[in-house]
Amino acid sequence: MALLEVNGLGIKFGGLRAVDDLTMKINKGQLYGLIGPNGAGKTTVFNMLTGVYAPTNGGFTLDGEALAGRSPIEINRKGIARTFQNIRLFSGMTVLDNVKVGLHNSKKYNVFEGIFRLPRYFREEAEMDERAEELLKVFGLEGEKETMARNLPYGRQRKLEIARALATDPKLLLLDEPAAGMNPNETAELMKTIRYVRDEFDMTILLIEHDMKLVGGICEELTVLNFGQVLAQGKTSEVLNDPEVIKAYLGE
Amino acid sequence: MKKIINKKNIIAAAVAVGVYILITVLCSAGLLSRHYQSLLVPIGINVILAVSLNLTVGFLGELTLGHAGFMSVGAYAGCLFTLYSDLPTVIELPLAIIIGGAVAAVFGVIIGIPALRLKGDYLAIVTLAFGEIIRSVITNLDALGGAGGLKGIDKSSGFTSVYILLLITVLVSVTLVDSRHGRAITAIRDNVIAAESIGINVVFYKLLAFVSAAFFAGAAGVLYGHNLGILKPNTFDFNKSIEILVIVVLGGMGSIKGSIISAVIITLLPEVLRGLDDYRMLIYSIVLIAIMIVNNSSKLKAAKEKFIEKIRSGNTPAKEDA
Repeated sequence: MALLEVNGLGIKFGGLRAVDDLTMKINKGQLYGLIGPNGAGKTTVFNMLTGVYAPTNGGFTLDGEALAGRSPIEINRKGIARTFQNIRLFSGMTVLDNVKVGLHNSKKYNVFEGIFRLPRYFREEAEMDERAEELLKVFGLEGEKETMARNLPYGRQRKLEIARALATDPKLLLLDEPAAGMNPNETAELMKTIRYVRDEFDMTILLIEHDMKLVGGICEELTVLNFGQVLAQGKTSEVLNDPEVIKAYLGE
Repeated sequence: MKKIINKKNIIAAAVAVGVYILITVLCSAGLLSRHYQSLLVPIGINVILAVSLNLTVGFLGELTLGHAGFMSVGAYAGCLFTLYSDLPTVIELPLAIIIGGAVAAVFGVIIGIPALRLKGDYLAIVTLAFGEIIRSVITNLDALGGAGGLKGIDKSSGFTSVYILLLITVLVSVTLVDSRHGRAITAIRDNVIAAESIGINVVFYKLLAFVSAAFFAGAAGVLYGHNLGILKPNTFDFNKSIEILVIVVLGGMGSIKGSIISAVIITLLPEVLRGLDDYRMLIYSIVLIAIMIVNNSSKLKAAKEKFIEKIRSGNTPAKEDA
């Protein structure tokens, strides 16, 4: 059974069908790409998958459990985490604390145990520190753990956002244009990191991307959206050579 | 690993005890004039109010203008309790503080659940209205003494009890902020959408910050009433809320140390300037503007941030050794 099954997912904003009848299956451990021209509805799909928008048609299941229309908090707890196209870090907090916020729900000490510094506070905080530093190490950020997130260079902010999403221990990771604004070297490094995350964390990853080098380099399967509808779907090499897809991207 | 007994905490405890001893010695040696002695309690109470308001304004990032409202609710609840009970003061006063704080916290929940759905200016207006409603209700309730005030309250609180509550408030605020709950609150301030996307229960943590602030405001109100012996509804007006907000903004949003220092300065300033007569309020506002500009200069901010990062990264290896 597929990890994520999307069945006829759609949403209308007034009279506009932003996404219409999207169906796709993502298997566990897959690196799946969602591509399409600007305004095709890719981020809207992410927003439905993470509970920001409630879909008006269809639904989706994660591990067989129907999640469409649930709140972002619930969906995150069920195992979907994301990053954002326009980076959304906790900019006034340190790099380490950003990841520790991601670990929030993995620990259980309550408000009073926190305020009165009972033993569970120290034990669980130490565990959080350890886990957060492990995650930062994966992204080469361990040397900057006390830096304010807003003072990180752009590329590293993107990495920190992925680390924070991974801290919630998701089954499915959604990356919204992870390479946006990166130079070719940074993009190449990012590709390595994404592959590493998939292998190391046994993660399933769905990513939106415009950088065709990155898409062609790491995605195993693709769905192409155009004006909210599926234009093509299948193996990366086949989809990228589909004349319809080339037409949508480059024009005739 | 973190430990309770470390260098930083020992220094903080030493400072807390030192300040208390210094002030008591100064008072008993007669080095502090009667006038300044009478300011000790208002200063302490303003510190409590500012530190607690900083939880909502500084750490949660929501602008609320009803802090004096919570203070008055707590003050009346606590003072009514002592008026109608005849327990010994040692038990009565702490109990009154807890009751005052709890009643203010209940009001915090009642106001917070609908109001925290609002953002920015709207929340400010709703909380402002709450404070004014409370004030006019009290003014028109004869059971609470009406406009003339609630009289005959035991004058059982003084500098010591205020100082103890101040320490508790600061301690709870510091430990709350440095826990997973405090981080959730700060995360909501920095980016609500991101906080939700990683499973932070936004409603709960907004309410937690709001209610903790209300609790301490109410508790401070109880001590205020027991210091003056009389509660007048007009002391808890809009101006009081603004005064506390000014303290918080001046001390720096999200800085507990800053709130403490600025509460001391803002409470003392009008008194220090008393000699200037007519020009007092003029100089007072100029000083406020000057502090604001200096505090907000980007160069100073950048320097401060660098300094803090340097200290932190410098401390890390030492921490791991311990």
